[in-house]
Amino acid sequence: MNWLIGVFIFWVVAYFLNVSLANSKWHKTRLVRLAVPTVFGITILVVWEGLVRGLQVPSVILPPPSMIGARIAVSLPTLWADLIQTFVKGALTGYIMGCGSAVLTAILIDRSPFLQRGLLPVGNFIAALPIIGTAPILVMWFGFDWHSKAAVVVVMVFFPMLVNTVQGLAATDSMQRDLMRTYAGGYWNTLFKLRLPAAMPAIFNGLKIATTLALIGAIVAEFFGSPTLGMGFRISVEVGRLGLDMVWAEIAVAALAGSAFYGVIALIEKGVTFWHPSQRG
Amino acid sequence: MPILTVVAAIMVIWYASSVGMNKKWTYDQAGRAGVEVSFTEMVADTWAQERPVLPAPHQVVAELYHSVFEKKISSKRSLVFHGWITLSATMLGFVFGTGLGILLAVGIVHNRAMDMGVMPWAIASQTVPILAIAPMIVVVMSTIGATDFLGKETATAMFGYQPAFMKGILPKAVIAAYLSFFPVVVGMVKGLRSPDQMQLDLLKTYNAGKQRTFWSLRLPSSTPYLFTSLKVGMAAALVGAIVSELSAVPLRGLGARMLTGSYYGQTIQIWSALFAAATLAATLVASISWIERRSLKKMGMSS
Repeated sequence: MNWLIGVFIFWVVAYFLNVSLANSKWHKTRLVRLAVPTVFGITILVVWEGLVRGLQVPSVILPPPSMIGARIAVSLPTLWADLIQTFVKGALTGYIMGCGSAVLTAILIDRSPFLQRGLLPVGNFIAALPIIGTAPILVMWFGFDWHSKAAVVVVMVFFPMLVNTVQGLAATDSMQRDLMRTYAGGYWNTLFKLRLPAAMPAIFNGLKIATTLALIGAIVAEFFGSPTLGMGFRISVEVGRLGLDMVWAEIAVAALAGSAFYGVIALIEKGVTFWHPSQRG
Repeated sequence: MPILTVVAAIMVIWYASSVGMNKKWTYDQAGRAGVEVSFTEMVADTWAQERPVLPAPHQVVAELYHSVFEKKISSKRSLVFHGWITLSATMLGFVFGTGLGILLAVGIVHNRAMDMGVMPWAIASQTVPILAIAPMIVVVMSTIGATDFLGKETATAMFGYQPAFMKGILPKAVIAAYLSFFPVVVGMVKGLRSPDQMQLDLLKTYNAGKQRTFWSLRLPSSTPYLFTSLKVGMAAALVGAIVSELSAVPLRGLGARMLTGSYYGQTIQIWSALFAAATLAATLVASISWIERRSLKKMGMSS
C-alpha cells in the first residue's frame, strides 16, 4: 500500500513540476527542453516500479525496472555477444550492402528514363509490402548464421533507399544543370559536384528510415532460426523460459543500439548537409 | 508500358534463377536413379519440384489458386481463412492504435507540458525496434488469459458459437495497435500544427475559441497528414500482426503459414503466404488512398 501512495505522490509532484517548467518563461532554453522529457521518463520508470511492487505483479508478467537493471549488469557479456552477432554482423553488414547497392542502382537507372518509369512504381509498391515475410525464405537459402540476417536486411532497406535516392537525384533544377553545362562539366562532373550533393538530404532521409528497418529485420529474421546467439534468438528463448527480465534487458539494449545508430547517421547528416535549410534553423 | 517491361524482366530472372537454384536437386535425383537428363528435361523438372529451393512463379500462382478458391474457407488449409485471421487482428489493432494516436496528438497540440514531455519520446520510439517485444506480449497476455476478443462464453451466448477470428486475436491486435500508434501521433501533431499564423490570426479576429479553431481549422488542415500516416500505420500494423503470429497460440494466420512452411521445408507454401500478405497490404493501402482521394476532393484540397 505504501508503494502505491508513494507512487501517486511522486506522480503528482512530477506532473506539477513538468507543467510549471513547461509554462515558465524559460521553456525555450535548452536545459528545460531536456529536463521535461527526462522527468517524464523517470516518472514512468518510478510508476512502473511502484505499481509492480505495490500490486505484487509476478515477475513473469512484468518485472520491475530495478530487476531489469540488475539483469543487465549481471549478463553484460551475453548481451554484448548478442549485440555483436545481431547488430554488427547481421544488421550493419546488411545495411551497408543494401544501402550501397541501392544508391548505385539509383545512379544507374537515373540515366534511363525508361527504367525509371518502370522501376519506380514497382519499387514504391514493394516498399509498402511486408518484406519481413521473406525472412523464412532467406533463412532457408543462406543458413542460420548471420549471412541470412544480413540478406533479410539488404532486401528490407533496398527499396526505401532506392526510391529516396532517385528522388534526391531529381532534386536539381534545370538552371543549375545548365550552369554546369556552361562550365563544360560532363556527366560525371555534374553527378559528383552537383547532383549527388544536392541529393544528400533525400539520401540521408532514406538512410535514417533504413536504420530502424535494419535492426527490425535482423531481430525478426532470428525468430525463424539462428545459431544459439543473437538478440532475436535470446528473446524468443527467454520468452519460452519466462525469463522476462532478460527479454526486457535485450529490448533495452536493442532500443539503445537503435537510437545510437540513428543518432550517428543524424550526426553525419548534420555534417554533410550543413547547407540545407532544415539544418540551419 | 515501362512497368510491364520491368515486371516481365523480373519474371524472366525469376524463372532463370529457379532453374539455377533447383538444378542441383534434379541432378542429384537423376544421379541416384542412374539416368541421364537432357537440358530440357532438367529445366522442366526444376519448374515442377515439390519442395524447390525457389519455386517458379506458376507454381506459386497454382498454390495460391488452389488454397484460395478450391478449399472451403473454414478449412485450416485455406489461405482465405488465414488471411482473415491476420486481417481481423490488423484491423482491430489499427483502429485502436490510430484512435489513441489521434487523441494523444490532440493532447500534445493543446498542452505544452505534454508536448515537451511526450513528443521527444514519441520521436525516439520510432528509432527503436518495437517489433522485438512481440513474442513477449503474446506470452504475457496468454499467461494472464487475455487472448480472446470476447470470452468463449460471451461469444457463444451472442452468436451461438465462438467465431474463429476472435480466438487469440488480442495479443496480435495490441502489437498492431502499438506499431500503428507512433506514426499516427507524429503525423497528426505535424498536421494539427500545419495552419500558419495568418490563418490562426484570422480565426482570432472571428473571436473563435480554442475548440472552434480546432474543429474549423486545425482538424480539416490536418487531413492530408492524417492519411499519409494512416498508410504508414496500416502497413506497420499488418507487419506487427504477421510477426506476432510467429509466436501466437493457436498457430494460425499468414505469419503462422510462413513459420510452419519454414519448419517443413514447404517453400511453395511460404511463397504463397508471402504473396497473400503482399496482396493484403497492397489492397489495404490502396483502399486508404482511395478514401484519401475522395475526401480530399470533397474538401477541395486535392492538387
